Amino acid sequence: MIKRSRLCASLALGITSFLVLTGEIHAAKISEISDSHLIEQFVRFFSFKDPSVRYAVLGSLLLGTCCGLLGSFIVVRKLALMGDTLSHAVLPGVALGFLWTMTKDPWAIFIGATIAGLLGTVVVHWIHTTTHIKEDSAMGLVLSGFYAIGICLFTMIQRLPTGNKAGLDKFMFGQAAALGSDDLWMIAIVTAAAGFLILLLYKEFLVTSFDSQFASAIGLPANFIHYLLMLLLAFSVVIGLQAVGIVLISAMLITPAATAFLLTDRMHRMLLYASLFGMCSGLLGSFFSYLGNSLPTGPFMIISASMLFTLALLFGNRYGIIPRKLRHLNRTHRIQIENTLKAIYRIREKSHFKEEAVSIQQFGEQRNLPIIEAEKEVKRLIKERYVTLSKSNLDEFNQSQLIYLTPSGWKTACRIVRNHRLWELYLTESAQYEPDHVHDDAEEIEHILGEATVRELERRLDFPTVDPHGKLIPSIIDLGDGHKAN
Amino acid sequence: MSPETPLPLEIHDLTVAYHKKPVLYGIDLEVPAGNLIGILGPNGAGKSTLIKSIMGLVPSSSGWVKIFGKPYKKNAKRVGYVPQRESVDWDFPVNVMDVVLMGRFGHLGLFRRPGRKDKDIAMACLEKVNMAPYAQRQISNLSGGQQQRVFLARALAQESDLYFLDEPFSGVDAATESAIIKILKELRERGKTLIVVHHDLTTAKEYFDMLLLLNMRKVDFGPTEDVYTYEKLQKTYGGRLTILSEVVDTRRKRSSDLPIEK
Repeated sequence: MIKRSRLCASLALGITSFLVLTGEIHAAKISEISDSHLIEQFVRFFSFKDPSVRYAVLGSLLLGTCCGLLGSFIVVRKLALMGDTLSHAVLPGVALGFLWTMTKDPWAIFIGATIAGLLGTVVVHWIHTTTHIKEDSAMGLVLSGFYAIGICLFTMIQRLPTGNKAGLDKFMFGQAAALGSDDLWMIAIVTAAAGFLILLLYKEFLVTSFDSQFASAIGLPANFIHYLLMLLLAFSVVIGLQAVGIVLISAMLITPAATAFLLTDRMHRMLLYASLFGMCSGLLGSFFSYLGNSLPTGPFMIISASMLFTLALLFGNRYGIIPRKLRHLNRTHRIQIENTLKAIYRIREKSHFKEEAVSIQQFGEQRNLPIIEAEKEVKRLIKERYVTLSKSNLDEFNQSQLIYLTPSGWKTACRIVRNHRLWELYLTESAQYEPDHVHDDAEEIEHILGEATVRELERRLDFPTVDPHGKLIPSIIDLGDGHKAN
Repeated sequence: MSPETPLPLEIHDLTVAYHKKPVLYGIDLEVPAGNLIGILGPNGAGKSTLIKSIMGLVPSSSGWVKIFGKPYKKNAKRVGYVPQRESVDWDFPVNVMDVVLMGRFGHLGLFRRPGRKDKDIAMACLEKVNMAPYAQRQISNLSGGQQQRVFLARALAQESDLYFLDEPFSGVDAATESAIIKILKELRERGKTLIVVHHDLTTAKEYFDMLLLLNMRKVDFGPTEDVYTYEKLQKTYGGRLTILSEVVDTRRKRSSDLPIEK
């Protein structure tokens, strides 16, 4: 719970700093905007007074949800390239939809784009099942071929003397502010359909994504589910054209879902997180586009999505680079402390535990360290309350300063020595190691043996008292009451 | 064979081709109930293809298959399946319990979600394969043997009468192998029929009641003691005698350091 809230806090921090930074950059670059005060813009955007802002925000939120939901399945089914292929393949369909009506009619474009997209997937499937060309090459072929046709058609349209061509260029990089009510309706319908179908057929989507052969074997319609997903994918690409644009819509499918995949290992949570990240990216993208006086929305959405991904990559609890580094440092720190305690135990062992205290001098010799280093290690132990000093003033470290173990320090020292000697004994008795070969291995293992393994070792070795070198193994009694019995 | 108790599996003249190149020719098979059956054959003999085409996962170009007297689609609920472990992505975002619950999906049909009863069955199956403590663990954090046991638990959750297992012993530890074979034998005692694609000749003889020798064609099918002969194995493995001498070698090695549980 604590870890999750820490992640949320770091996400919020990142987003805020992103907001502030972008605001500054924008203010410095675009000088013609008179009321470019960030707060004012922020309020204007989020009060939704502008109808175009309302459409843009609502459209981006819905689109983000839809892309997050479908994208999650695309990512776990390893179909990420398929989204890219589809989005590029729709371009000729968009152009033909325009040529059909000679206006920017959303429904004509929707139909044209869907047909072109589906045709693209069929061609990919056909190439890779009937020839020995693999799927990735087939996708590359279709992606570039269809896109090239689309570009040619677009150039033609630009040269036509007739027709209302305004806004057609927005399909490349998207413009959420240009969303009309028809566009919004389409987005809403497709998002609702995707959400409803995933809710209804969740278990079918799950099992066919994980193990499609098993799904077919138990009589579920695996192929139908696959084509349903492809159809929804084509729809989501098409509804995303106006807001995100052809070039980057596939990133809206992949990035939020990949971000979610970094943070969880359960499918239903991945769907939830991905749609949240999709919504965040959509909202931030349209906001920044608004700030920048109608700059293309697509790139800003994808920058926002990629920022979220980067944050997850750095701070995510499971795969995050920084938490991993911290865990590693923690472990190293703990191992060092345990080794120090073990050294103190050994010194006391030499006197058969008659001397309660250990001097810094003795300690340095045992660890083979110069006095300065030895003092550093002892300071660490004091911090952890494992030892106390005979003279309370820390600055008066000198060679006569005596170190006393606290009960918890003693307990930890016993545990480590016990782990070490049990492991040595196990290696010599059960794995036929020579007694002089086991020390180095035990040096590493002693720190990672869990309680359960130790109990198992005790049982297997029949509760031993002496290690292979003839030294006494600290007993469970020592671990329990915190002080050596004799 | 009385008409009221149809055979678990009946195949007639099954032919399978990939890209017009035949992989299996005219297979005929009549499998009696309550047996543990091994499918043996060299690499590329079509062992996996056979069970996949029985279940309709690979299209066949001729012939028919009957499961308890009906086409596969009609009786899919009575068939349990353990695919090869490598056939799925173990980084998939599900935990062990999620995977075992998938065994119940066939019974639930479309739309219905697994309920309390399905979860209880799944848990009981996990206990049977000694994986109950791992129920909440993400599947990528499992060893090969544990993954295989999860797949077996999923098949057990299907509560079927006929089971197909594709190389369940490949890449698993000795403890898992003996645990799996014990469960398979228990299922057989309860009258289930189990068909196992197997690659290890050394253990085939002691694991299975019946053997199907396959090399694109059916070489032989019958009780192990009749089929597991030098001549028939040689015929199956196409005169690759080296394999047989390897068997003798590994057998000798195995018996010296690793006695197999009976």
